[in-house]
Amino acid sequence: MNKIFTKPKSLKPNVMHYCPGCGHSIIHRLVGETIDELEIQERTLGVPPAGCAVLAYNYFDVDMGEAPHGRAIAVATGLKRVLPDRVVFTYQGDGDIAAIGTAEIIHAANRGEKVTAIFVNNGTYGMTGGQMAPTTLAGMNSTTTPGGRDVARDGAPLDLTQMLATAKGSVYLERVTVASPKHIRQAKKAIKKAFQVQLDGLGFSLVEVLSPCPTNWKMAPVPAYEWTLQEMTKIFPLGVIKDITGYDEK
Amino acid sequence: MAKRLMRGSHVLGEAAVRAGCRYYFGYPITPQNEVPEYMSARLLEVGGTFVQAESELASVNMVIGAAMAGARVMTTSSSPGISLMQEGISYLAGLELPAVIANVVRGGPGLGNIAPAQSDYFQATRGGGHGDYRTIVLAPSSCQELCDLTVRAFDLADKYRNPVMILGDGMMGQMMEPVEFPEMQELADLPAKDWIITGAKDRPSRALLSLLLTPKVLEDHNYKLVRKYDAVTRTETDWEEYLLDDARQVVVAYGTAARIAKGAIKRVRSMGLKVGLLRPKTLWPFPSEPLKRLTRVVRQLLVFEMSAGQLVEDVEMAVAGQAQVHFYGRPGGVVPTPEEVAHQISHYYYQAGLMNDDARAQG
Repeated sequence: MNKIFTKPKSLKPNVMHYCPGCGHSIIHRLVGETIDELEIQERTLGVPPAGCAVLAYNYFDVDMGEAPHGRAIAVATGLKRVLPDRVVFTYQGDGDIAAIGTAEIIHAANRGEKVTAIFVNNGTYGMTGGQMAPTTLAGMNSTTTPGGRDVARDGAPLDLTQMLATAKGSVYLERVTVASPKHIRQAKKAIKKAFQVQLDGLGFSLVEVLSPCPTNWKMAPVPAYEWTLQEMTKIFPLGVIKDITGYDEK
Repeated sequence: MAKRLMRGSHVLGEAAVRAGCRYYFGYPITPQNEVPEYMSARLLEVGGTFVQAESELASVNMVIGAAMAGARVMTTSSSPGISLMQEGISYLAGLELPAVIANVVRGGPGLGNIAPAQSDYFQATRGGGHGDYRTIVLAPSSCQELCDLTVRAFDLADKYRNPVMILGDGMMGQMMEPVEFPEMQELADLPAKDWIITGAKDRPSRALLSLLLTPKVLEDHNYKLVRKYDAVTRTETDWEEYLLDDARQVVVAYGTAARIAKGAIKRVRSMGLKVGLLRPKTLWPFPSEPLKRLTRVVRQLLVFEMSAGQLVEDVEMAVAGQAQVHFYGRPGGVVPTPEEVAHQISHYYYQAGLMNDDARAQG
């Protein structure tokens, strides 16, 4: 029989620990497919976050190095500066990259570090049990915003990717989602392009992926996917946020 | 090789380069700014990489990444900056990554001042970050020794896969002395590392991590670290003995304080007082055994440090009540004079009646 669909070889055969309906397993797969298609498995290094994806080294079949919470892109900087011909990516959640690690990500982007960040935005702190994230929507419930995020008290949702667009060293920034098959295909294209930017040595690239967290949103998976598309994209609109790669002009 | 007259901060940088350090990540803080300034220029010459990070947190995590990739890597800072690096130092220890961190200590706590101090002794020798771990801590007391111990720091870091701290102070950073440097270490001659991550070519993929969720597994990891620290203690403990042969009182001091103590001891020796010095060169592992041995013949120790009293606790633990332990220290970046210390030495010497012992011994 002719096999037409299989697990990427850059993913280990381990069963993932993620909750039903969580976007991480889809995003892992997209990164794995990208590594396979670009044929870079032997020279890719990943840096997982603190948070739900902390165990990513159990799933990606590439060399991985752990970082303290929020510091993934600084660790990635050290790796890439020593190994400039390797491909280095970080995989970070919204708490990791947009709260505790804000300084590191802005300055890495500004220096134009030739690394790729996969920024998974589910608007909540998943691993610690659903507290407010910088990206939690206004009015959205979390365990630390009872009655909903109050902008006057808690601030408005932070658009990190938009902030990174002002950094001169960021070359390609796109926001995608995995909330429907069509969007998953678009997310794959963006992730692959972000890795290509690094392979071409152009500078810093980041893909923000809006991802459902049914468990902490206290929704069933299907409504969580619908909510991602309908509500999250209002505050975090999908699309290319910055692209100075010049690829389209070729 | 001819000696070169050089400032301590530059000695630190040059010795690191000669030891094979090609990566430096740092953030400016007084009184050690001459180190990143030196490295920014020197690493260009040898094809290395210098990154001025946005913070000490970022610096130490860049160090983590570079160490994971197998490089000899260093960062330097001063007290408040080292506090910020403690998270990363705990991870370096947990991940068993070799790296060199120099702390050019200034007065604290808080912003304190930029004067030379030894008030980070506890932080350096006890860990500072979270978890059961040890940092190897080297305490040079001259520019030549700063050079030698910097080279040794890189070797120890690789040998034990552990962070090594060089504990100096602003005095050491600024003073100029003639130094003889070792030849440039050939990078190809450095021992190979079979655990680093460089991409999983021709081998299974690897993960470097300190997350060990199963308590027993983490306990095993901690016991493995304990065995490593025991081996470091057995093998690497280092100290200097100065005029100990006939000493009735022993001064214990390290770094800049030990230099001042030597001046003080010369003074009191000229007055006929039999005083010697034991100077720890490794603050962790601490030279407890030689101190314990000393108590068989010496009943009085004077611990002298530029802090409100930190080293004194290690000395007290080592002698375990078998000798009197007196303390003289000045915190806040005040550097005592040799006269001042000589006064303290003779005060305790006479108070204990050691002068009479000397007379009796002479018969």
